[in-house]
Amino acid sequence: MSPILGIYASQISGHLWAPSGAYDSIATTTVGAGGAATITFSSIPSTYTHLQVRYMGMTSRATYGQDAMNVAFNGVGGTSYSRHDLRADGSAVSAGSATSQGTIDLNYATLGTTVSSYPGVGVIDILDYANTSKYKTLRYLGGVDENGTIAGYPGAVVYASGLFQSTSAISSITFTPQLAAFAQYTSFALYGIKGN
Amino acid sequence: MAAGNTYEAIATFTTTTSNTTSYTFSSIPSTYTDLVLICNLKATSSNSSLVVRFNGDSGSNYSNTQLYGNGTSAVSQRFTSQTEGYLSFSGFPTATFGPTIVNFMNYANTTTNKTYIGRGGYASGYVDTSVGLWRSTAAISSMTLYAGNFFDTGCTFSLYGIKNSA
Repeated sequence: MSPILGIYASQISGHLWAPSGAYDSIATTTVGAGGAATITFSSIPSTYTHLQVRYMGMTSRATYGQDAMNVAFNGVGGTSYSRHDLRADGSAVSAGSATSQGTIDLNYATLGTTVSSYPGVGVIDILDYANTSKYKTLRYLGGVDENGTIAGYPGAVVYASGLFQSTSAISSITFTPQLAAFAQYTSFALYGIKGN
Repeated sequence: MAAGNTYEAIATFTTTTSNTTSYTFSSIPSTYTDLVLICNLKATSSNSSLVVRFNGDSGSNYSNTQLYGNGTSAVSQRFTSQTEGYLSFSGFPTATFGPTIVNFMNYANTTTNKTYIGRGGYASGYVDTSVGLWRSTAAISSMTLYAGNFFDTGCTFSLYGIKNSA
């Protein structure tokens, strides 16, 4: 177990795991009663080929009970990020994109509501994250369903790709809700996938 | 179980007849964080959706938001207060096998309702992805998978558990 592997977030309990397989749990965070403004996985070892983040997330946002989420790597902002997404909200399908952003914004419905305990879920794959010759890309599939009970924002499923224009190995990942904070019981887990 | 084995096979089933109407994964251990279901399915008589009930719950506690493409257009739709949940609306055909992969997040927690997300489809007809909700705070201990008609011979159902470091 790496002694420098860290988890930074307020009101979060974190635990580390000793990796030994092809698909290893690197770190996990669970948000406590006070919520958390951000969740960061830091000191990510470069010994894997790919990373996967799996989450169940809820927002403290009072209005609409949904929130979107931004992703940043290595604490870098600026204009290093871009993304494309495909969104379906139960009636319409739409597509969006953004270039030269300060984060990869996973829009629309990545975090669910605490009002009726409808969590959002998602899987984020980050490929060749430790390669120092390539820009980094991610793939995201996630969404929220609220049984149609929240007028105007009843849920959606989102498929997105993101680009981080940096050849640096990714050593930290920060998730930030766009409009509020992560609510209690939100859980993020980071996994490493090894190659041969 | 050796420490670090985070992605494990829980159970696998292959149909041996062409008249299987359902399959149940029962006694699912609560020791994992997420479940992953991987199916490769073929219908016996007509194209079929894949649906699920958890813990034998047949109440109107399931809903689903979907996106699918049929080669001509992209469509989104929602089903609310259903008695079963769609895992793949486009499902699987009679001519070929169609894969479906579904992630069930934090399935064993007893605090929140359960949300799952999956994708499926088959090359001759559809591709789809969907997010589903089961309005229950009970841990998922069993899931019964249903076809609209019959699962054909050779259909495979594999359930995996993923642990985190908590």
